[in-house]
Amino acid sequence: MTKLFEHQSKELFRAEGIPVCLGEVVVNACQARQAAERLGCPVVVKAQALVTGRADKGAIKFADTPAEAELAAETMFGLTFNGVRVEKVLVEERKEVVKEYFASIIVNDASRAPMLVFSSMGGSGIEELAKGHPGKMISYPIDVRVGLQEFTARNLLIRLGVPSRELPGLADLLVRLYRTARKYEARSAEINPVALSRDGRFYALDGRITVDDNAVFRHPEIGIEVAREFDHPPTKLERIAYLVEAGDYRGTFYFMQLEMDTSGGGYIGFHGAGGGGSMMAMDALQRGGFKIPNFVDTSGNPPASKIYRAAKIILSQANLEGYFYSGSGVASQEQYHTARGLVKAFREVNLSIPAVIRVGGNGEELAIDILTRYTRDLPAPVEAYGRDTSVDYCVERLRTLVEEQKKKAGRAGEIRVV
Amino acid sequence: MAILIDASKRVLIQGITGREGSARAKLMKDYGTNVVAGVTPGRRGDEVHGIPVYDSVVQAREDRGHIDVSVIFVPAPLVKNAALEAFDAGVKLAVLVPDRVPIYDVMEIAAFAREKKARFIGPNTLGLISPGQAVLGMIGGRAQAAREWFRPGNVGVISRSGGMTSAISYYLCKAGLGLSTIVHVGGDAIIGMREADVLREFEADKETAMVVLFGEIGTNQEEEVAGLIRNGGFTKPLVAYIGGRAARSGTRFSHAGAIIEGGFGTYEGKVRALRDAGALVVEAFSDIPAAAGAVMEDLEAGKAG
Repeated sequence: MTKLFEHQSKELFRAEGIPVCLGEVVVNACQARQAAERLGCPVVVKAQALVTGRADKGAIKFADTPAEAELAAETMFGLTFNGVRVEKVLVEERKEVVKEYFASIIVNDASRAPMLVFSSMGGSGIEELAKGHPGKMISYPIDVRVGLQEFTARNLLIRLGVPSRELPGLADLLVRLYRTARKYEARSAEINPVALSRDGRFYALDGRITVDDNAVFRHPEIGIEVAREFDHPPTKLERIAYLVEAGDYRGTFYFMQLEMDTSGGGYIGFHGAGGGGSMMAMDALQRGGFKIPNFVDTSGNPPASKIYRAAKIILSQANLEGYFYSGSGVASQEQYHTARGLVKAFREVNLSIPAVIRVGGNGEELAIDILTRYTRDLPAPVEAYGRDTSVDYCVERLRTLVEEQKKKAGRAGEIRVV
Repeated sequence: MAILIDASKRVLIQGITGREGSARAKLMKDYGTNVVAGVTPGRRGDEVHGIPVYDSVVQAREDRGHIDVSVIFVPAPLVKNAALEAFDAGVKLAVLVPDRVPIYDVMEIAAFAREKKARFIGPNTLGLISPGQAVLGMIGGRAQAAREWFRPGNVGVISRSGGMTSAISYYLCKAGLGLSTIVHVGGDAIIGMREADVLREFEADKETAMVVLFGEIGTNQEEEVAGLIRNGGFTKPLVAYIGGRAARSGTRFSHAGAIIEGGFGTYEGKVRALRDAGALVVEAFSDIPAAAGAVMEDLEAGKAG
């Protein structure tokens, strides 16, 4: 579910014939002034960030002169959202808006179809609106094999009470919105608001498209570098991890950073196997009072080399107090690959934080033997458990080992002082 | 008895000559699955572990007779073609094992299946197994492990996570319970048979006395299950656990289906919906076997009384 920025989404809308405002993407305040001069004022200055409610966060501002546009952009380049600095700002001509609607196509799991969601009450808080005013909103599942026809869209709009004069423009926009979603295989494509301008046309005033990561390979033209469902642009470690996965189709390796700043203490390098098993292990760590800086899943029978690379990436995060591996506990994959990959990584970094490895499943006896035998000479303890040991017990063991390690480090410090 | 798969069902494997397809063909056959044919275009006349290979599903059916189920092991971008081929040839159940199938492909498969009155499990599924009878997909790994881990009995298992499917089933058997059928519905957001669809099968199955469910955050599946129970569509005891309590809204934790969007599909919402409907929701995964055991004891005491 890679999210596209507003300016990227609008490019795709424009290519399908949806009216969007004239605008320019700029990377510094000086360019913003020049863009405003070219476009003619008034303009709207919009920070490109993957967050909602930008207007309230100082990320959307109106400017009546090029100087104001420069000033607005200046403040936006200093903004940070979810730990990510604003790198691009969109400067657009300002339309006089008469009326606003909400339109989106969103893939719906219950109907196994793309759903057209349209509301005559444009703007924010569409989820709340759905509950409060069902009569002011359309939810219509589209047959993927037929697509959205103009007459279908028109009839839905008529039922909603849209005025006659607005029907042709709106129905046409909805058809093109679906075509955009279908063409780029979007999990969601949203225009909010759809604005009726003084000139009588409907514009996509703001929009966002979220694409299906599994289909990115069919759309090189979008230029997505890292097809992952993050709420932030990929970090350095996430880029490295994605390259590991892109170059090796054996098994799955998924890496995501949850916290970039681990200076607060209490963080455990997390290594899961299988989506459900990983989430269960994270829940257990959290119950145990630990903090989790990253999510990792290595599953689907990956080779030792992939496990090794995953472990090295996890261990390159700062301030970790421990390392925790757990899958479902009863893996269908061969677990000695896991053991070999982990041991290689642990030996390379000369592991100085305790590790608890819950490696149950096919071949677990050999896996536990490898993990125990070849880590004895490392500075920190490594313990391995099989399918008959619960994840909560493993978290408990980790807590004990982390505390012991801290005491040991404290004593070593005292001795040095003396 | 069991649901969806048993020893009598005639099974086809699409992509049988591939690395994964041929390895799993052997394990399925070893376990007792009645694999009658395989399909790989251009490989007619070959044999894989004694199973004859054909160029198409129609050809396999013409030569080998009726086919109940097709298990698909082709690369993700080719899954749509393979599934449509199976349904077009009259196969009524397909198991889509591959991960990373594009979502619009799955929606097209679903639309075609509806037209052909066919059903499918997956994609991104480990498959399903009726202990002591037959396995479809890759649940349990080696046949010997699958035999040791899962015993036949009258508890049905449904899970959205592959690894957890095996884990729950193993711990239930270790606690002395037996299993009718274990189904991994798949980890994606858009799938064929959903939790509620499988529950309807368990409701109709005389041998299944109760069901254990491993749900997850994201999608509307658990809310749908709660609705099914409230409407009387599922009347047997249900023990459930919901994974993903720690997840944040808008982030994805490996399973494409396990993502909270727009405030829907949260942990709290699912637990409340299921409890309100009368299901027994446990807080910790390790509580499942004991909770299921207690429910089963009550059922047996009720029967005896």
